[in-house]
Amino acid sequence: MATEADDLKFRDPEAAQELAADIERQMERIDHPVEIMHVCGSHEQVIAKFGLRSMLPSDLSVTMGPGCPVCVTNMPEVDEAVALAEAGTTVATYGDMFRVPGTVKSLADAKAEGAAVEVVYSASEAVEYAAAHPDEDVVFFATGFETTAAPTAAVLQADPPENFYVLSAHKYVPPAMEVVAEMPDTDVDAFLAAGHAATITGYGLFEEFVDEYDTPVVVGGFEPLDVLYGVRRILEFVESGTSGLDNAYPRCVSRDGNEAAMSAIDEVFALTSGEWRGIADIPDANFVLREAYAAHSARRQFDVDPVSGDGDPLTEECICGDIMAGTATPEDCALFGEECTPQNPVGACMVSDEGTCKIRHEYGGHPEL
Amino acid sequence: MCLGVPGEIREIDGTEAVADFWGVERRVRLDVVGDAVEVGDYILNHAGFAIRKIPEREVEETMAIYESLFGDDVDEALDEIGAPRGADIDLGGEQGDAEADAAVPGDTDGD
Repeated sequence: MATEADDLKFRDPEAAQELAADIERQMERIDHPVEIMHVCGSHEQVIAKFGLRSMLPSDLSVTMGPGCPVCVTNMPEVDEAVALAEAGTTVATYGDMFRVPGTVKSLADAKAEGAAVEVVYSASEAVEYAAAHPDEDVVFFATGFETTAAPTAAVLQADPPENFYVLSAHKYVPPAMEVVAEMPDTDVDAFLAAGHAATITGYGLFEEFVDEYDTPVVVGGFEPLDVLYGVRRILEFVESGTSGLDNAYPRCVSRDGNEAAMSAIDEVFALTSGEWRGIADIPDANFVLREAYAAHSARRQFDVDPVSGDGDPLTEECICGDIMAGTATPEDCALFGEECTPQNPVGACMVSDEGTCKIRHEYGGHPEL
Repeated sequence: MCLGVPGEIREIDGTEAVADFWGVERRVRLDVVGDAVEVGDYILNHAGFAIRKIPEREVEETMAIYESLFGDDVDEALDEIGAPRGADIDLGGEQGDAEADAAVPGDTDGD
């Protein structure tokens, strides 16, 4: 499958022009607007950084869906982490989460007020911190999709110190794609699925999705030609009026994925329903620790009683959720680039390097030609 | 970021390894890589964990892709592995201290 993708040279301008010309001809034949949703911050970065939108016909839109784990972490989950830090535990988390606002404050705010918050770059660093500080209760505020859920699972399986706990806000992408596909306001014709999450899960799991929603899914890589190639494959499905599944990223993604990582995730986590910030309550898309790991569950071992507020009044105007559902663009938001900037973010989409708004703020969108 | 970063394995001790990322060595865990990994193999690093062994025939192309993505801005690649910008660090089994890490936050690496 997709042997052509194997032969792609990574950044050949001529090949890019040829692909863009193919895409233009496909769109002429299709003769109606097409919306492709991708679900990965790295796809958005590549698309923005290399100006790929300017190479695409105007009736073909490529929008970013719920592909930023920081952005979909719910504000009450941040509140839980803040409450734990203020109750005297040491909260370790990824740098991306540090400045994300909860309903009252961010972990950065809590740290400025004296709470113990440590930024770590990996789950194992959080474990090492706990081992080196046996007199502290260390809570790892664990965020991210399958690619970071697997490492969190691995450290829990490796007999971590007693004073190490996990507050899981890990999320599982495929159910969110289903919810977005079902949203009445969302008019997504096809999905460009995220390559690295699929490295873990394998692309085979999208077969059911394709059948059920009659929507093509192509797993795409992260290099400009990977993205253009993925778009062309999608349009082949759209043009022929069929749904189907293709792996346009065979360098990294196999049908069955990384079975060791999946089995670690399955052993440690169960899936439960929960709110994805701004999007919806999504069934079976939140990873929570299984009973066997209750001794290391922050929610089980501490009486987490977060103070919740109404959030920054500006968040009422924030449309991150609509942007992540693909029904609005950053430019549709009155706050974008005004009250909401990377220096003073209102919504999480402006905080994270993976957020649609931050990327759009940095690189711009579709040029007005 | 959901961008993994490829590195070359230099040392292995059980599930702990040291990998070279464009001349900067960082520790990488091998718990969930799913394949047997040896010194000299290339892996895709994701928040301190190898999530995939890069097949030998794909190493050159994969490295080229990442180099094109990061361009001349190796600092961006270093951010991905949690190394201080502009640093020429030799970890030697030591972690950077928490302050240095706090100054250069790591990433959540979602998808």
